[in-house]
Amino acid sequence: MESPKSDIPQGTLDLLILQVAALGPIHGYAIAQRLQQVSRDVLQVQQGSLYPALHRLENKGYLKAEWKESDAGREAKFYRLTSKGLTQLKTETANWERLIDAVAAVLKLQGGEA
Amino acid sequence: MNWLQRFFKKQQLETELEKEIRDHLDRQVSDYRRAGLTEEEALRKARLNFGGVEQIREECREARGTHWLESTLQDLQLALRTLRKNPGFAITAIATLALGIGANTAIFALLDAVRLRSLPVSEPQKLALIQIEGGNRTGIRHQARSLSFPLWEQIHEQQRGFLNVFAWSPNTFEIGKGVTERPAEVLWVTSGFFSTLPIDPAKGRLFVAEDDRSGCGSPGAVISYGFWRSEFGGRDSAIGDKIFIQDRPTEIIGIAPPGFDGLEVGRKFDIALPLCAEPSYFPGSDILRRSDFSFLNVMGRLRPGWTLEQANGQLASISPAVFRATLPAGYEDGSHVSYLKSRLAAYPAANGVSGLREKYDTSLWFLLGITGLVLLIACANLANLMLVRASTREREIAVRLAIGASRWRIIRQLLTESLVLAAAGAAVGASFAQIFSRTIVLFVTTQQESPYLDLRLNWHILAFAAVVACFTCLVFGVVPAFRGSRTDPGDAIKSGSRGMLGNNRRSLFQSSLVISQVAISLVLLIAAALFVRSFRNLMTLDPGFRERGVVIASLDLSHLPSLSEDRAELYMRDLMEQLRALPQIESAGTSTHIPLDGSSWTLGFHLAATEGASKFTWVSRGYFGTMDKPLLSGRDFDDRDTRSTPRVAVVNQTFVRRFLGGVNPLGRTLKTLAEPNYPATEYEIIGVVKDAKYDGLREDVPPEAFGSSAQFGVSAWPNVFIRSSLPPPAVISAVRQKLNQISPQIRSDYRIFETEIQDGLVRERLMAALSGFFGVLAALLAAIGLYGVISYVVVARHSEIGVRLALGATRGSIIFGIVKRASTLLVAGTLLGLILALSATTVVRSLLYGIEPNDLATFLSATLFLLAVSLAASYIPARRASRLDPLDALRYE
Repeated sequence: MESPKSDIPQGTLDLLILQVAALGPIHGYAIAQRLQQVSRDVLQVQQGSLYPALHRLENKGYLKAEWKESDAGREAKFYRLTSKGLTQLKTETANWERLIDAVAAVLKLQGGEA
Repeated sequence: MNWLQRFFKKQQLETELEKEIRDHLDRQVSDYRRAGLTEEEALRKARLNFGGVEQIREECREARGTHWLESTLQDLQLALRTLRKNPGFAITAIATLALGIGANTAIFALLDAVRLRSLPVSEPQKLALIQIEGGNRTGIRHQARSLSFPLWEQIHEQQRGFLNVFAWSPNTFEIGKGVTERPAEVLWVTSGFFSTLPIDPAKGRLFVAEDDRSGCGSPGAVISYGFWRSEFGGRDSAIGDKIFIQDRPTEIIGIAPPGFDGLEVGRKFDIALPLCAEPSYFPGSDILRRSDFSFLNVMGRLRPGWTLEQANGQLASISPAVFRATLPAGYEDGSHVSYLKSRLAAYPAANGVSGLREKYDTSLWFLLGITGLVLLIACANLANLMLVRASTREREIAVRLAIGASRWRIIRQLLTESLVLAAAGAAVGASFAQIFSRTIVLFVTTQQESPYLDLRLNWHILAFAAVVACFTCLVFGVVPAFRGSRTDPGDAIKSGSRGMLGNNRRSLFQSSLVISQVAISLVLLIAAALFVRSFRNLMTLDPGFRERGVVIASLDLSHLPSLSEDRAELYMRDLMEQLRALPQIESAGTSTHIPLDGSSWTLGFHLAATEGASKFTWVSRGYFGTMDKPLLSGRDFDDRDTRSTPRVAVVNQTFVRRFLGGVNPLGRTLKTLAEPNYPATEYEIIGVVKDAKYDGLREDVPPEAFGSSAQFGVSAWPNVFIRSSLPPPAVISAVRQKLNQISPQIRSDYRIFETEIQDGLVRERLMAALSGFFGVLAALLAAIGLYGVISYVVVARHSEIGVRLALGATRGSIIFGIVKRASTLLVAGTLLGLILALSATTVVRSLLYGIEPNDLATFLSATLFLLAVSLAASYIPARRASRLDPLDALRYE
């Protein structure tokens, strides 16, 4: 049995993709690998579902895609964060942190009262 | 890329998507291989990790945001393909809708033309018509809205609420010379006419203030664009050309722009002349001085910052002074007071003015209602057809639902089909409407009146057709679409070829469709019967004279050299004798009034102690005989009555009843009250004539007195009534020839009296014909609807009927059972229809004559007709059911 895995909460996949893309142009497979590695296999993304999200973000103008030569001479579609995407990332991150803090605060409160 | 670009680059995006997914999988596989898995194992795991490729692909497509467009196109393609596969259904549906939408659009186009369309000028809502409040009731007038020239001058000087005011008057004059002489529509206009509207010339110039001063001679003519095209072929050289108007050469100075046909809806102008030139075209005419002769329409454009209410207030404040300044000389006290009490008022005139509008407004709204109801019935039939179709497609739909199509998707697809039908119906209907509306205009075109209406397609009409199409689509498409999508896949597939015929809810819906169809068509049939009977009442009404065989020649003697009164009298008497002497002319006489043509002449009088008002008409010897109006007592006018003998009068029965309490009037003296140009005169009553209609067939006979035209003086424009057994065209040509022989200077214009009177009933005839047509159409549609539903029920119960027949039921009992079911629907529909018709009776009352809107016989006959047609329609499928071979029916099972 491997370590327990979590499904990604609704809506956070976009945030994660934007964060990964912020580090530099990257193709879909690499994003999937990176997410898995960084989260130490805790976040389980069905790899295919990455693509509709990527395309949605591209169409919204948060990501810009380009076909580029990658390792070993094969072409891959690289996604790069746009400035609009960066703004979005910041907003979403702030939102996320506020949510985490709030949830944490509520959880602590329960412990203190007991 | 926006969604539209993405839509058109679909192919490229598909390839890229394919490539991207392949790249991902390749990388994953090579990673797994590196980790030591076999090729096969790596491939399997990569696929597993990735998820359903097809589903991912679909989601990516959705992310493009063009999905709705693609699926709409798919729906459209599918709809077109299914309709092509069923041409019979498609043609029936489109033809039904085209007729329904076409009829509605045609009536709407007419309404639009006579009532809704604004004048083609900027800010038409600032235009207002100025007239006497409640209509002009004094003196000689063209219409209730007409004003006299002195009144116009006063308004022009004293009004403040309008930037400018102008006046115009429509006429028909002779233009051209010799053989090319023909009538044309000529407007007298004041200088502000074009500049106030404002209208810019297409070529040349329009009238300016300098053209309009008294005694201006003939400063030239402005012609309409249409007249320029038809008479001058649109040549530039037309400017400066001369046209003969009433024998007077007139220079053309300008051409009005296309699309401007004048301010009166239904009447276009050919030529506009400055009003100040009137005396030079009609020497001796005094209409620019007379305040008892009203012939001008007056309109103004509101001053910026003024509202209509403010302008009205100002007009009211100047009214006393205006009417005091223009009081016609020669009025006696009573008329005097009512003239001075008149008030001016302004009314919105953005749509121009129109006699047509007053005449046809109610009728057109009513017809629009009728055609709307017919369309509803047609839609109900279509809804039924769609339902039946949906049931034959149940299996197809069930399969699609079973393999995962969403219910919404099915509804959309079925609705798309309805929309395609509605759009096609509207497109065909719009062109059909053109023909239909033109036909109606032809229908109401008469000897004297040919309405000119611009019925070309415009955006109002197209928008109307589109809205009606969407509406019909909703009515006939939505319920069947929802029903269709509600199929339970399991049930539908299991029940096989029998489909869901036992579905109760569906037959409930169909029943309510039939009930409303029957109800609506009953209402339409009743309306039709009322209009037809009302028309027949008017057609068979005895007007008190015999119009058949009478030709009316309206003479224009104004071009003859002028004669003294006595010589003119002799000339006229001789002229009449020569006409009477023509072969097969039975009799002839003149009159100052043509019965039923809408004109009217009233004089007040004293008769002993009573004071009253009566119609006054001056007729010659032979008039009563020509009209076949029997004299009940006393004598007719004859050659003894001359200018030198005491004035004599003949009165009608109503006059005697009203003013003399029925006692013998012979020998009594009546004295008329003075009016301008009609000094007080004493008449001895010498005869009583039978009552006859005066204003119109619908109106009651008013009291009427006749004077002798020999004593009154010769009119330059007499109406000669001629009775002959010859066909009217022969009479006309004989009379024309004779007159030409007497003097080529005499002009004449002819009407056939019988046609003239029938023309007066043109609105009633239109209502009778159209409502009759639509009423019968509605009944047929309802019958077809009933037929459809009953046939459907019969097919649905095939096996049940088979079993019953096999068990010994008689054919009669089968027929009875089915017809009974149909009768339930019929009775429900009929009751509903009767209630609707009774509650709508007040609406039609104003359009009917001689019949009450809740006439029992009419209601009964319409109901019986509908019941007969509908029962016949349901008997056919019932009979077919009873002929069923039980063996066949059961084997089918």
